[in-house]
Amino acid sequence: MRRLLYILPVVLLGLVAVLAYLRLGKDPSILPSALIDRPAPEFALPPLLDGVPGLATADLKGQVALVNVFASWCAPCRVEHPVFLRLKEEGRVAIYGINYKDKPEDATAWLQRLGNPYTRIGADREGRAAIEWGVYGVPETFVIDREGRIRYRHVGPVQPRDLDEKILPLLRELQK
Amino acid sequence: MQSDFSVANVVANSHSTKPMLYKVSAAWGNHEGSLLLWVLILALFGAAVAGFGGNLPAALKARVLSAQGMIATGFFLFIIFTSNPFARIFPPPMDGEGFNPLLQDPGLAFHPPFLYLGYVGFSITFAFAIAALIEGRVDPAWARWVRPWALAAWSFLTIGIALGSWWAYYELGWGGFWFWDPVENASFLPWLVGTALIHSASVAEKRDALKSWTILLAILAFSLSLVGTFLVRSGVLTSVHAFANDPERGLFILVLLAVAVGGAFLLYALRAPALKPGGLFAPISREGALVLNNLLLSVAAAAVLLGTLYPLFLDALGGARISVGPPYFNATFLPLMLPLFVVMGFGPMLAWKRGDVAGALQRLRAAMGVAGGVAIGVLIFDHDRHILAAIALALAAWIAAGTFVELAERIRLFRSPIADTLARARGLPRAAYGMTVAHLGIAILIAGVTATSAWQTELIQTMRVGENVTVAGYRFTFEGVSEVPGANYRAERGAFLVERNGRTIAHLFPERRFYPVEQRQTTEAAIHTTFFSDLYAVVGDGDGKGGHVVRIYHNPLVPWIWIGAIVTALGGGISLTDRRHRVGAPARADRGTAPQAAE
Amino acid sequence: MIRALALLLVLLTATPAWTVEPDEILADPAQEARAREVGQELRCLVCQNQAIDDSNAPLARDLRILVRERIKAGDSNAQVMDFVVARYGDFVRLRPPMRAETYLLWFGPALILAIALSALLLALRRRKAASRTVPLDANERARLDKILGGEP
Repeated sequence: MRRLLYILPVVLLGLVAVLAYLRLGKDPSILPSALIDRPAPEFALPPLLDGVPGLATADLKGQVALVNVFASWCAPCRVEHPVFLRLKEEGRVAIYGINYKDKPEDATAWLQRLGNPYTRIGADREGRAAIEWGVYGVPETFVIDREGRIRYRHVGPVQPRDLDEKILPLLRELQK
Repeated sequence: MQSDFSVANVVANSHSTKPMLYKVSAAWGNHEGSLLLWVLILALFGAAVAGFGGNLPAALKARVLSAQGMIATGFFLFIIFTSNPFARIFPPPMDGEGFNPLLQDPGLAFHPPFLYLGYVGFSITFAFAIAALIEGRVDPAWARWVRPWALAAWSFLTIGIALGSWWAYYELGWGGFWFWDPVENASFLPWLVGTALIHSASVAEKRDALKSWTILLAILAFSLSLVGTFLVRSGVLTSVHAFANDPERGLFILVLLAVAVGGAFLLYALRAPALKPGGLFAPISREGALVLNNLLLSVAAAAVLLGTLYPLFLDALGGARISVGPPYFNATFLPLMLPLFVVMGFGPMLAWKRGDVAGALQRLRAAMGVAGGVAIGVLIFDHDRHILAAIALALAAWIAAGTFVELAERIRLFRSPIADTLARARGLPRAAYGMTVAHLGIAILIAGVTATSAWQTELIQTMRVGENVTVAGYRFTFEGVSEVPGANYRAERGAFLVERNGRTIAHLFPERRFYPVEQRQTTEAAIHTTFFSDLYAVVGDGDGKGGHVVRIYHNPLVPWIWIGAIVTALGGGISLTDRRHRVGAPARADRGTAPQAAE
Repeated sequence: MIRALALLLVLLTATPAWTVEPDEILADPAQEARAREVGQELRCLVCQNQAIDDSNAPLARDLRILVRERIKAGDSNAQVMDFVVARYGDFVRLRPPMRAETYLLWFGPALILAIALSALLLALRRRKAASRTVPLDANERARLDKILGGEP
């Protein structure tokens, strides 16, 4: 019994070390969304571009869609942009954009230069819709199912690998 | 001084326009360089043991130095394999990339060295513990050899933590001084355990008791320093202080930690049970009070450790991501401090072996009176009736008064002729004075923390030139903002005239600095300190219509936090100079003979 | 390497810390005080263990304004917290929620204190018993006699 007491420190240390090992390599800045499997939040945003309609909760029902939060001032958004353009060409899924805290002229120029993958873009100048979505960084990308529920969130730029390994399989499943 | 921009580390952290001090401090303001500082200090401490350890038995000294050497080897491997501080880049750029301006600050220039002196200092007590376990014996002589190293490390750590807190206070722009940030906690944990260690070591020294416990604390103090290193450098948490994420380094430190600390604990599990239990004492005695001190400090450290690591572990086990912030620590840590402060007041009054609480309390009537008076005074004069603040301030007064009473008792102040008192005062060991001063420092610190937390006054508004506001009885007149050039930055400098009752108290010049090399902005608060409070002003953005955002704070007793910390560390230093630590260590008694006579 | 990491996500962050801006402050001091209480309990998601009240990150500012709007609209402090937690998850609470997976966190310190205290009491009792039962052996007796002046 008494001997157990002396062994306690090394046992506790072992436990701590194993847990610390499990935690290594995880990026602590990536947070899970509180909204997974919940209906997309209530919001309504005016259009950013002429000819491209704005975005509201009602638009998210009826088909599987991607919602991408982007801004022209966000360098990583440029990294993921080609991925969305490719996805648009393939016509597999509706891609909607939420333009976060951007000047309309900057955002317009940015899309003109790089191409516009979005069929709807809501201009979230105050960033209030983004709070409804639980956004804490740009870019973030959400997968919405037919019932308008959030099924997946990707934090940071969507790289081709993320698309192939996570997002496309999920889309296929949701579109079945 | 030369800036060699072919060294990657210099390029990433320096710039030719940087002031000299920060060119130097940038050397340890980054991961690789800070490790260099770490091993340098490790080497210095090793040399110090070799040099000052003249009275150590050769076998013990050899074991201590080899344990120390093993730690050094571990860190050298870490540097060589994962963190080459001298990596070259080719072609060398024309100039460096600069250094985070938040770190270009005198407070932060000295914060890491002191912190490391503390962390690394505990490697010596760790090495002593290992040596004692290998030898299989711990006696008062051992405790006497260990105590100065523990005291030195603890004093450095006290200063290191205080410098960090002071930096946060004036740099972050709103007067906060402690945030329960995981990395702050990582430096606080060895401090808490180190505090327990210097107290338990005195029991081991004077009474030959608490031996295996003291060994455990000696191992723990350094282990927690290593845990802190792991947390900061492994990328497992996000923190203001964290270096860049690098799982590979994290793994290396984790292995180092597992080997060093795991080995030490294993040795402990094998050898500690064989240590002879030491001197007996009644529950009510100096030892008893010190045991209670150790118990409360250890549980407090456990609470802080739990709060710091819990989110990581929950995440590792697939649980929710949670945050453990100040509300948790205030709810768990502070309640443990209150009884500790109560014990601090009367513990020193108890005799070794068997104490007399009634007698001690009798002699502490004056201290109780002072504490009660402070509590009542606070409740009368404070409109908000902060009960907790009243209790905390009363405890600070209790500790301070109790400390003085204890000293007065020992030198028989006003009881004996003055000559006798002086003779006794001279005869008192330095360690006794050290304790008195350190406890006084803690009392001052408690008062500072309490008062500024309870009675800070804040004013945030837009002011135009010539406007004035009154904060806590001081009239602040905003005199405008001007552009001034700095060494490697441009500053917008605001000017305030501070008056009280028509008398000029101070001119305050808060700045907002822009560092073009790093493309970053910092705020420099302007602080006028009057010993009893700080007037703290920050200037913010202009509104484009001639107004500027200003923040003015009146922080009562806040300077006492740092004065208290310095006094506390000074107490450690005074205790360190006790001649018994330097030359008085008697030849080691043979196994089985009686312990040295208690004081 | 560090550059590459930074590119992955633009956190809506900035340093150093600030605090509440004048244009955010509510006219009613009681409501503002409540907003501060809530603000100290909410973590600024992007700025490393700071409360939203202590940060100048744009997202923290947005959340401060949101908190004040909810308070003005008549929400209780708890309702405001729930509103934010519903969107950002428990991670935003600086005071972790009390539930099964945090019981150990919340009750751990008290548990450790209880164990430590009972271990201490047990040790004291055992020691007392031990000190009563173990007589001095001959060797010790002899030494004691010597110390006491050699009287038999």
